[in-house]
Amino acid sequence: MANSGLFWALLGAALSAGLAGAGSAIGVGVAGRAASGVVTQEPNMFSKVLILQLLPGTQGIYGLLIAFITLTQIGIMGGDPNISLVKGLLYFAACLPMAIGGLISGIAQGKCSVSAIGLVAKRPEQFGKAMIFPAMVETYAILALLISILSIFGIVNVPI
Amino acid sequence: MTGAYIDKDYVYAVARIRSAELKLFDKAVMDQLIQAHSADECIDLLLEKDWGNGSRNADEILSTEREKIWELIDELIPDRQIFSIFRLPNDYSNLKAAIKESVMDYDYPGIYIQEANIDPMLIRQAVKERNYQELPDEMANLAAYAHSLFLKTRDGQLCDIVVDKACIEAILKAGAESGNEFIEMYAELVAVSSNIKTAVRAANTGKDRSFLDKAICDCPTLPAEGLIKGALSGIDGICSYLMSTDYSEAVGELKKSPAAFERWCDNLIIGKIRSELYNSFGIGPLAAYVLARENEIKSVRIILSGKQNGFSEDVIRERVRETYV
Repeated sequence: MANSGLFWALLGAALSAGLAGAGSAIGVGVAGRAASGVVTQEPNMFSKVLILQLLPGTQGIYGLLIAFITLTQIGIMGGDPNISLVKGLLYFAACLPMAIGGLISGIAQGKCSVSAIGLVAKRPEQFGKAMIFPAMVETYAILALLISILSIFGIVNVPI
Repeated sequence: MTGAYIDKDYVYAVARIRSAELKLFDKAVMDQLIQAHSADECIDLLLEKDWGNGSRNADEILSTEREKIWELIDELIPDRQIFSIFRLPNDYSNLKAAIKESVMDYDYPGIYIQEANIDPMLIRQAVKERNYQELPDEMANLAAYAHSLFLKTRDGQLCDIVVDKACIEAILKAGAESGNEFIEMYAELVAVSSNIKTAVRAANTGKDRSFLDKAICDCPTLPAEGLIKGALSGIDGICSYLMSTDYSEAVGELKKSPAAFERWCDNLIIGKIRSELYNSFGIGPLAAYVLARENEIKSVRIILSGKQNGFSEDVIRERVRETYV
């Protein structure tokens, strides 16, 4: 293959956007089902449960960000798309934290949001506390995002 | 709908139940009802809490509330099979009613419970015409046997215990087949409390071994043999047998009064299901809600009939069940 480096880098970007997006979709989807249940009984709870439903949506955005930066770095969106196989593999590896972390944390955050929605349904005045529990899961998506970003920007300076 | 789109975790349903749980009576509301000066005042309170459909008739209010439970559950879980275990006692109660109605040769269509797995009118018709094949397999043989037993012995109690035992066995079987830990536990608890109640009644009335064999079924946590042997030597025999089982706590209540023991049985189930209040997924919170509502209706019935009969607050309080929330 003439340009297998580009292939690996692109695969990394695709997985980052795809898997993190899938995690968010599952998370937002499951929280949306719970939110619908609460709103069916109590329509005035809409705004509160909507925020909780959207919390697992951030992983998809982080995944998109990593994919976007990777595409810019490898020259797909303008510039020279000729990168070596080793560099392509490095980009691929750099995207993995976001891809895997985004998928799993999105699903976990969705389940946590479901429970938080149940909490708000029972005790609407505890909305602030209910938001903190799913927000805790966010930490690990942010850590994955951080490592992916640092790695992608660091690859430019690797002497290969 | 394909399998992938079925809400296997019951996320939507559980969230709706969480909101519905807000309307369950807590201890404070039960106290208010107990402290009301009359049945009328209780009914005012119930109507304030949106109970019933506007009528002031106590029975109508309670039956409307029971219908509301199943309307909600039917809406949330289209597959009625999943919750059929909770309707099993109604099927068997309808069978007893049909046999008695047929033997007495009177028309009492009002005695049938509509909320059942098998159409009550089908049971009524099948028993009346002795065409048991119309009934589902598991009930056909029982109906034929109980009907002929009643005709032969004219002993309504004997007929009842045969049907009741079959009912408990059906609940245990449905629990084991459900594959759901919660429903299995519920089935076991229902069977255990029913067996102990039967054993106590049999011991009090001096029934013999053959009666007990017909009345008491085997439960995994409470083998029939030990309970039967205990019942044959009286209430003390039952108590000393229970001391060696998981249900030793029942002994104190049994010694107090039959009402205290029945209350303990219901509280045991409510206590065990309370953990479902913190569960966001699965069938457990839905089943727990059904039981909590049934329990609540039972408590309100006790309060209303207590007030109607002029019982004191303390007597009513002794019988009212613990609340789920």
